[in-house]
Amino acid sequence: MKKVFGRPEALYDTPTHYCPGCGHGIAHRLVAEAVDELGIRERTIGIAPVGCAVVAYDYWNFDCSEAAHGRALAVATAIKRARPRNIVFTYQGDGDLAAIGTNETIHAANRGENLTVVFINNAVYGMTGGQMAPTTLLGQKTSTTVDGRKREWHGSPLKVSEMLALLPGVRYIERVSLHSPQEVLKAKRAIRQAFKNQVENDSGFSMVEVLSPCPTYWGLSPKGAMDWVKDVMQKEFPLGRIK
Amino acid sequence: MKIKRVLISGNEAIAEGAIQAGCNFYAGYPITPQNELIAYMSRYMPSSGGVFIQAESELAAINMVYGAAACGCRAMTSSSSPGVSLKQEGISYMSGARLPAVVVNIMRGGPGLGNIAPAQSDYFQATRGGGHGDYRVIVLAPAGAQEAYDLTKTGFRLADKYRIVVMILGDGVLGQMMEPVKFLAGKGKVSVKKPWALTGCKGRKPNIVKSFFLREGDLEKFNLKLQKDYEAIRREEQRYEGLFLDDARVILVAYGTMSRIAKSALTRLRSSGKKIGLIRPVSLWPFPDKAFKKIGRKVKYLTVEMSYGQMLEDVKLAVNGSAQVEFLGRAGGGIPGEDEIIDKIGRLI
Repeated sequence: MKKVFGRPEALYDTPTHYCPGCGHGIAHRLVAEAVDELGIRERTIGIAPVGCAVVAYDYWNFDCSEAAHGRALAVATAIKRARPRNIVFTYQGDGDLAAIGTNETIHAANRGENLTVVFINNAVYGMTGGQMAPTTLLGQKTSTTVDGRKREWHGSPLKVSEMLALLPGVRYIERVSLHSPQEVLKAKRAIRQAFKNQVENDSGFSMVEVLSPCPTYWGLSPKGAMDWVKDVMQKEFPLGRIK
Repeated sequence: MKIKRVLISGNEAIAEGAIQAGCNFYAGYPITPQNELIAYMSRYMPSSGGVFIQAESELAAINMVYGAAACGCRAMTSSSSPGVSLKQEGISYMSGARLPAVVVNIMRGGPGLGNIAPAQSDYFQATRGGGHGDYRVIVLAPAGAQEAYDLTKTGFRLADKYRIVVMILGDGVLGQMMEPVKFLAGKGKVSVKKPWALTGCKGRKPNIVKSFFLREGDLEKFNLKLQKDYEAIRREEQRYEGLFLDDARVILVAYGTMSRIAKSALTRLRSSGKKIGLIRPVSLWPFPDKAFKKIGRKVKYLTVEMSYGQMLEDVKLAVNGSAQVEFLGRAGGGIPGEDEIIDKIGRLI
């Protein structure tokens, strides 16, 4: 019988520590599938963030490094420059990439580093207990915005993808979501494209922003969190190719 | 290989030493008084087959060094005091991930933005780890351009040998002053094996570079291993210069630029028959306790610094109450002069 579905070689056969309904497990798998399909597992180097995905290297079957909080793109820049034949990517949350690491993000993109970025936007700090993130929606309740995020106090959700799209060094940006099987397939295509750009040595920065559910800190069921992405979050963060 | 003799600044000597040591990655950020170093690297790194990046911040620079070290490069960054404070995060992470690298601090006056005058006020920060966690970095303190060149080469060797961060600690005088330096022309070859480096997992299991040990007991075990390695470094890597330690009654203790002024004072005092000696720590961590322990007889020490009693604490720890330890120091732009040293010694003997 022909095998039509299996675990990617780039993903270990091990349970993850993520909460039920979390998007990280799906996103990890999409990265692993893209890596396998492009045949690059043995030359891939992944940079894990500080945040919920800090131990992503426990799940991915290729070389990985941690980076200090927000510094993944500085670490990745150096590795890619020093070893241009390797495929180097960062996997970062909204706190890591869009708050403490904004400077590294903007400058790596502006230098046009030939890197791939998987940016997980779940509108909240997960690992530390659900605090406001730069991408938290207006009105969204978090442990540091108990009455909801207010524009006059906290500013508006930061649109990193749209901001980066302005930079000449950026080659490809797409925003995708994980809220339905159809969207997961689109997310897969985008992540694969972001890796393919690097493999083909197209100089430039490729990033996929992934809207990802966090039922635990949104106070929703796994299904409720998927629906919230579909009904609320994607209105603030429209899906599709940005650059 | 051809030996060249050139007149260069301490900053440039460090850069040349790095290139000769096979440094193939440099990231830095402009700050006075170390700008000659980053400029030199921008010119010569690419032509020697290495990577040069002017980073967007000190944080990015040190984390680029982290990345380069993680994939097996001989990597370096340089800065001056305020910038080195910013780099401490990365130095701590590198210490946690056991990544070798060389970090240069050409010290200026502090605290805060301070000024751009030479100082030695970062001694505590350099020798006590500097960032968070129980770690150390090897600290080498050259006293001139030739030694800056030589110690930078030594620094890269020690960094790889112990998988540790090595700091070259100089001051604005050392960085800026031009002196004749003899060096080997061209890029050095390195044949250090780094099986732990990130190169892609072809033909082996994946390598992971990390400093995160969440499982109970793992971090303590890691810390104990660090301490064991630090103990070996304390045993093997103490470096110092001793002058007239056989007959001296008062021994000056000074490092870097300060030691050169102390030497001038010593020469004058010896010529008038005063029995003065000098211990010049070259490794500040590990501090050269051995130099003090070898002196069996009763002497007095005078620690002279371009700071307010920082190395003094290590001298007192080395002496451990067995001798009188006096102090002379100025900082924030002031440097103890020959006359001040001679005057102070006059009151000690």
